[in-house]
Order: sequence, then C-alpha cells, then structure tokens
Amino acid sequence: MTENTRKIGNTLLRVDDITLSFGGVHALNGVSFEIKEHEILAIIGPNGAGKSSMLNVINGFYHPQKGTIAFEGRERKRMRPHVAAEQGIARTFQNIALFKGMSTLDNIMTGRMLKMKRSFLWQALYWGPALKEEIENREFCEKVIDFLEIQAIRKTPVGKLPYGLQKRVELGRALAAEPRLLLLDEPMAGMNVEEKEDMCRFILDVNDEFGTTIALIEHDMGVVMDISDRVVVLDYGRKIADGSPDAVRANGEVIDAYLGVSHE
Amino acid sequence: MFYREAGQFKTSYAADQTVFPIVQDRWGVAAMVAIAFVGVPLVASEYMLQAVLIPFLIFALAAIGLNLLTGYCGQVSLGTGGFMMVGGYMTYKLTTTFPDVNILIVFVFAGLCAALVGFVFGLPSLRIKGFYLAVATLAAQFFLGWTFNKVGWFYNYNPSGTITAPPRELFGITITGPTASAEVRYLVVLCIVAVFAMMAKNLVRGRVGRSWMAIRDMDIAAEIIGIQPIRTKLMAFTISSFYCGVAGAMMVFLWLGSAETEAFDINQSFLVLFMVIIGGLGSILGSFLGAAFVIITPIILTNAPPMFGIDLPIDLQKHIEIMLFGSLIVFFLIVEPHGLARLWQIAKEKLRLWPFPY
Repeated sequence: MTENTRKIGNTLLRVDDITLSFGGVHALNGVSFEIKEHEILAIIGPNGAGKSSMLNVINGFYHPQKGTIAFEGRERKRMRPHVAAEQGIARTFQNIALFKGMSTLDNIMTGRMLKMKRSFLWQALYWGPALKEEIENREFCEKVIDFLEIQAIRKTPVGKLPYGLQKRVELGRALAAEPRLLLLDEPMAGMNVEEKEDMCRFILDVNDEFGTTIALIEHDMGVVMDISDRVVVLDYGRKIADGSPDAVRANGEVIDAYLGVSHE
Repeated sequence: MFYREAGQFKTSYAADQTVFPIVQDRWGVAAMVAIAFVGVPLVASEYMLQAVLIPFLIFALAAIGLNLLTGYCGQVSLGTGGFMMVGGYMTYKLTTTFPDVNILIVFVFAGLCAALVGFVFGLPSLRIKGFYLAVATLAAQFFLGWTFNKVGWFYNYNPSGTITAPPRELFGITITGPTASAEVRYLVVLCIVAVFAMMAKNLVRGRVGRSWMAIRDMDIAAEIIGIQPIRTKLMAFTISSFYCGVAGAMMVFLWLGSAETEAFDINQSFLVLFMVIIGGLGSILGSFLGAAFVIITPIILTNAPPMFGIDLPIDLQKHIEIMLFGSLIVFFLIVEPHGLARLWQIAKEKLRLWPFPY
C-alpha cells in the first residue's frame, strides 16, 4: 500500500458540484470530488445513496442538471458515453452487462473497439491492413486473457459461464480498452470469499502493473478498507466524507449513515 | 471418426481466426465450391437451375442481408421486399438509361440506391425497438410498392408497368434477357453470391460485426465502450439494404426476366424473415440453410408423391404441401429455436467425438 500511495499523481478527474435529479428525486446533490492518477478510490454509501448514478454521470450516460466534469483539467462539453470512452474511461456494471451471444474473446475484442480504425470496406475484405489490425488487437486481448487467467474459456459463449467468471470477463473487456480510469460498479457483489480474493488481487495488479486509476463501488467494507487509498462516502445524494480509509471509518457522520440515527 | 481436430495446432492468431479452422471443414467447403461451380452446371437440368438453384442463391443473399440486420444487429425489419424492389427497379432504370455500362456495375449501383433507401427507413430505429420497429419498416414495404407503381419514370412509362430485363453481355456472353441460358445465369448468380457471402462473413467476424452484436446483446454496455448506436444501427440498415437490393436486382435480371411490384410484396419480406429465423439468427451459414429449406422443401414435397407412384389431384397435393411445410417449420423451431445452423453445429460437435464419445 505504501508503494501505491507514493505513486499517486495529479488530479485525473474532477467532479464539481454535480446535481442530478429524476423528476422530484434528487439522486445527486452538489457532489464534488477528485480522482487522482494511479489511486484506488472507493465510493461507498448505503443503498440509494447515488453511487451508481455518480458512475453513470462520469460515463456520460446521465446528464446532470448542474455541475461539471473535467478530465485531465479539460472540462467535458458534451456529456456523451462515447466521449467518455474516447477519453479513456472504462466501466464494469453492477449486474453483468456482457454481450451474451458472443464468446469471451469477442467480448474482450469488443472492448478494443475504439482502437480499431479501419473502415468497413477493409473489414469486408479482411485482408491487408484490416487483418493486421485484427491480429494486433488480438495479441493485446490475449495479454488481458493471460492476465485474468481465462485462457480456457476463450471461445466459450459468455452466457454459459458461471457468475464469477462472467465478472472476470467483464473486467477483461474494460481492461482491453487500456483505460486511464477504470470504474468498477460492485465488482465483488455475489461472490464467495475465494472469488473476492481473486478479484481483489486483479484490481491491485491492474493498478500496480498498468498504473490504471480505479474508482470502485463496493459494499464489502473489509475489501474497501483493505484495497483503497481513499474513500468517498455518499448518503442521500450528498457527499458526507472523503479521506483515507481510517479517517472515514472514524467519521461520526459515516457511522450514523450506516447504522442509522434518530432524527428527532 | 474422420472428423477430428486432434493434432491440428495453430501457431498464429491469423491461423486461429480463419473461417474454417478445421482441415476437414476446409476440404468439405472446397469440394462444395468445386461442385457448385463445375459439377452443377454440367449436370443440372434447366428446370433444376431455373426453379431450384437460382432462386435458392438469390434468396440466400437476401437472407444474408436481413440476417446482418436482424440476426447480428437485432433490428427487426419487414421491409426486405421493399429494398429488393429498389434494387430491381433501379437496375432496370440504370441499365436502360446507360446501356453501355457493365451490368455488374449497374447491380452495385442499384444496391447503393437500395442502401440509401435503407438508411432513410432505418432512421426510426434510433427511437424505437423490437416489434414497433418492425411495424415502422412495414412503411418501407408499402411506400416503395406504391412509388414504383405510381411513378412511371421508374419503369420508363411503359403501359404494362412491368420491367423486363434487356439482354446484357458480360465478356461477350449474354447473361440477362430471354436469350441467356440458365447455366450462364446460374454461374453469374453463384459468383455474386459467393463474393458477397464471403464479405458478409468477414464483416461479422471483425470490428463491424462485433459492434452490431454488442448493440444487439446489451446496448447500454456497448455505448459505454464507445460504440455509437446511431451510427452502428444505420450502418447495419445500409449494408443490409445493399444486400437486399443486389438480391432484388438479380431476381429480376437473372431469374424472373421481368417483374412487377407484386413480385416484391410483403410476402417476400415474410419469406426472407422466415428463412432467417428457420436458418438461424446471427449466422451466415444459417441464411443459406434457411433459404434452402424454404425454397427447396416445397419443391421436394410437390415432386415426392409422383415419384412414389402416388397419383394425387393437383389441388390436394398443393394443400398437403402447404400443411407439411407448416408442420416442418413448427417441428424445427421446437427442436431447435436457434435454427438449422445451430442444429448443424451440434451435429458437428457430436461428430467430433463419434464413435467414442468419452
């Protein structure tokens, strides 16, 4: 951990005063925080606190009524998912969102969509530059497959895989994009202890080997406190704490939010 | 026993990504191509070519077109007949206006016209999905049918409203019109279908195909990866309509010889959709199998009773044919909802282990 903390660099993504509401429901209310380069940031909070909404905003999937998002200091003008993807933000989902009809390899190759530039005419020929591009990207995907130890299921349709492996393939698909910022929405939900340990190891390795910045949402406090450099706590769409795991653990407001407190 | 891939090792990613990675498959396909190109024209009768093989190939191409859209990109369309109509009529218009241009180039341009029309009728797909989109594409079917009936310019104001294929030559051989022989037309159709089928296969195994399937399987995740749904769906509509347009052009010029808008009515759209569903959504092979099933089964059913010496009245025979065909469709869909292509795949997997399945 100490080594990780040392590497942490400048602000990669700044979320400033984001307010998002659906009709009368305020999902996010003036939330601001920063994600620093190479760090592992955990976003926690009780159910309905607005954690997933926050990720959706960062992805450009939801359009906040107020507030700005700046990636590497440049403010994002158009809130569009592909703009976020082009900036290097990749994402996994709470409920697995794999492409069920495709094989593991194809899913991971799809993650490299933006790295492939040849037009469909070249693709139709599958020859020359298009073939070269396909092979180069395949090589990268094989590295990801190697890294996640899923060689054996390369050609299996993902719909047939068990839950834990599907989660891993989804991480692979995100990694294939060579993201600068990786958003993980409950990467360990519904896993047993062993699978959780595997997943933690992958997250730490990704951070360590590729220097990828990671923001994750997780409910398992043991995991959160163990692997994250910093923790942001949301409750009812507001940020109530932001700091090191230890500081957050000691924060009175956080304890209130989790254990409940009478508001008389 | 002979269908084994044991001992066939791939040493490069290119070798692993070929369409037929198993050697036995490659031999099988090579043999089939050889039979199709050399054996069939030598052996097959005029009836066999005109009534079975040429329509089979043409509908296979239309089915590939619809499969790209419905099977791979997940956008249901009932406008296939309309897009084929554009191909047929535009070929007629272009080749009568520019008689000196090579007919194959005219086919491609007619396909491009159909692609443009497909692009326009694909625009609703940005807002609506599933059955509602299917109903919206019906508009293409009826609007285009109406247009080609009403606007005389498309059929050169001839009083019958029929378009007739004029004779056109390729390398000095007449390939269209009443004087073209069935063998020649069959070979031209076969070449075009083979080239376009190969290109479709290449598209679906590369980036474009993956982006289509991503939109089909999970559009939200696809968007977050950076796939733009607008662009991807419209591309699927455009390319799919191109295929249908070329199929329609071949239908008039290399099969029927002349046609009216009724030749491309809503029944054709349904027919092609059935081929895709029966053959297998999301499979190029399935498009061929589906077309073969839909085109050839009725012909076999018609010819079977006389072959066994059973003499039935024609109307009864026709009714039995329709009933048998319907029940076969139901049977196949119950046995394997993913179509004939999946059945074939399962058979191949079984065969790899046969006769020692352990």
